[in-house]
Amino acid sequence: MRMGILKITFYTALIAGAVTFIYPFLWMILATLKPEPEVASLSLLPSKVTLQSYLEVFRRIPIGRAFFNSLFVSTSVTGSVLVFSSITGYALSRLRFKGRELIFAVILFTMMLPFQITLIPMYVLMVKFGWVNSYQALIVPGMISAFGILVFRQAFRSIPQDLVDSARIDGCSELRIIFQVMWPLSKPTLVTVGIITFMNTWNDVLWPIIVIRKQSMMTMPQAVALFAVGGQADAQMGSILAAATLLAIPVVVAYVFFQRHFIESMATSGLKG
Amino acid sequence: MRRFRSFAAPYALIAPYGLHFLVIVAFPVVFSLILTFHQWNLLSPMKWIGGVNFLNLLSDPLFWKSLWNTFRFLVIHVPLQVGTALVLAEILNQRLRAKGFFRAVFFLPVVISGVVVTILWKQLYASESGIINTLLLSLGLGRVEWLTDPLIAMPAIAIMATWKNVGLYVILLLAGLQSIPRQVYEAATIDGASRLDQFLRITVPMLNPILLTVVILSTINGFSLFIEPYVMTAGGPLNSTLSMNLYIYRQAFAFYKMGYAATLGLVLAGMIFAVVAVQRRLIEKEF
Repeated sequence: MRMGILKITFYTALIAGAVTFIYPFLWMILATLKPEPEVASLSLLPSKVTLQSYLEVFRRIPIGRAFFNSLFVSTSVTGSVLVFSSITGYALSRLRFKGRELIFAVILFTMMLPFQITLIPMYVLMVKFGWVNSYQALIVPGMISAFGILVFRQAFRSIPQDLVDSARIDGCSELRIIFQVMWPLSKPTLVTVGIITFMNTWNDVLWPIIVIRKQSMMTMPQAVALFAVGGQADAQMGSILAAATLLAIPVVVAYVFFQRHFIESMATSGLKG
Repeated sequence: MRRFRSFAAPYALIAPYGLHFLVIVAFPVVFSLILTFHQWNLLSPMKWIGGVNFLNLLSDPLFWKSLWNTFRFLVIHVPLQVGTALVLAEILNQRLRAKGFFRAVFFLPVVISGVVVTILWKQLYASESGIINTLLLSLGLGRVEWLTDPLIAMPAIAIMATWKNVGLYVILLLAGLQSIPRQVYEAATIDGASRLDQFLRITVPMLNPILLTVVILSTINGFSLFIEPYVMTAGGPLNSTLSMNLYIYRQAFAFYKMGYAATLGLVLAGMIFAVVAVQRRLIEKEF
């Protein structure tokens, strides 16, 4: 009987928690479908459904372009991180060469380095390269990641050496070994590094705010943040919430489909990052 | 030729990382140290001013204010985060139904951009029409000026940040809980230990390494606070939510004081570095 009461308490706590996490999002999505005067009201359901708030967002800022920019930048960075981090991880785990331990130590050190120390000089570098307001500024600094290297190194170590040896005997180059032997055997690792990199790049907002000033080059979170704090929204809560919803939707859709992968990947990066 | 190839191959494979490291990490670190001794607005030539930036920093009330704000954030955020995560993880570790669903729900805000969460919570916190105040009023409690009271704005941001991140820590702690063998609890039950005793004397000590990771990660998160005050309060009211990152951002990109901003960045990085070093020392690394 005592167990019964305990269980009820647990379920009550879980349901209360779930409501706390879901209700605000639900309210936000429904608020974007209300006519502007109703947005602030607490009732969940709109008196009549209208897409006016979304039309306002599209009318006032180039949100479609921002979406494309974010997609292009996040995809490029993710592809690049997968390729270059796995190459480096392979060299560190499978090849013997002078300075290997030193490079490994450097990578560990890089991971510990707070970004605040390099923020200002990195901006100066972008100015000197003439990369302000360009895709290069958004892509190049993230092209290879210490986290990715460490995770690939770990994964590649567990692949039998026989496979590598027989590929070498068949005349495979190191690059072919990486992409045709290692990659097919490391799919979970590719997914982990891919999800983490894509999400971090998609959600990053400080760096874009610093290096991008031109509206047509802005990323999605940057454009939405500036829309919310700048004067462009004319304090129309409905359209600000609509912009936020547009920013959230792609990630939420991906999350609903690949929920388990998201959680496992983020847990990995939380422990090793 | 063949021997040369097998000698050169590793270096060819390492080269992209080496180049990236030199340009994106090594140069900025060195240049940041140089910048701290200069006055520079990006346009006129750099001017050597010795340790003046560091002296200015010591007597800069806004630097201390932002440090104090970060501290106020951490004092609320870290215990709230660890406590909530621990309770939710402990519940999810029981034999219950639909655990996967709850786990997924708690994790949802983690994957969503901080910009979305901040815009949403700004409305939840609204004085007149916000859900939270309406709820408080309906419970017979008074209205709280969440974002306009200088004493409350930072705690309000800390609560929001906890709501956003706690799901990640639930997952980390849950993994830790699941690694504690059932037999330990069974033995304790036979010895007559209550559930609370078991939680405090078995669960918490055995979770220690992960608890520490959680503490340190949320501390680093706190030091990196930027977009939340930027969107929610613009650092106000009365600079009460001016985080260190927001202050660095303003010095660099509103006032173009690159030398001073780099100095602030270095000092902040030093503090974070100290915390991370403690983490690495106390926790056995897997790599």
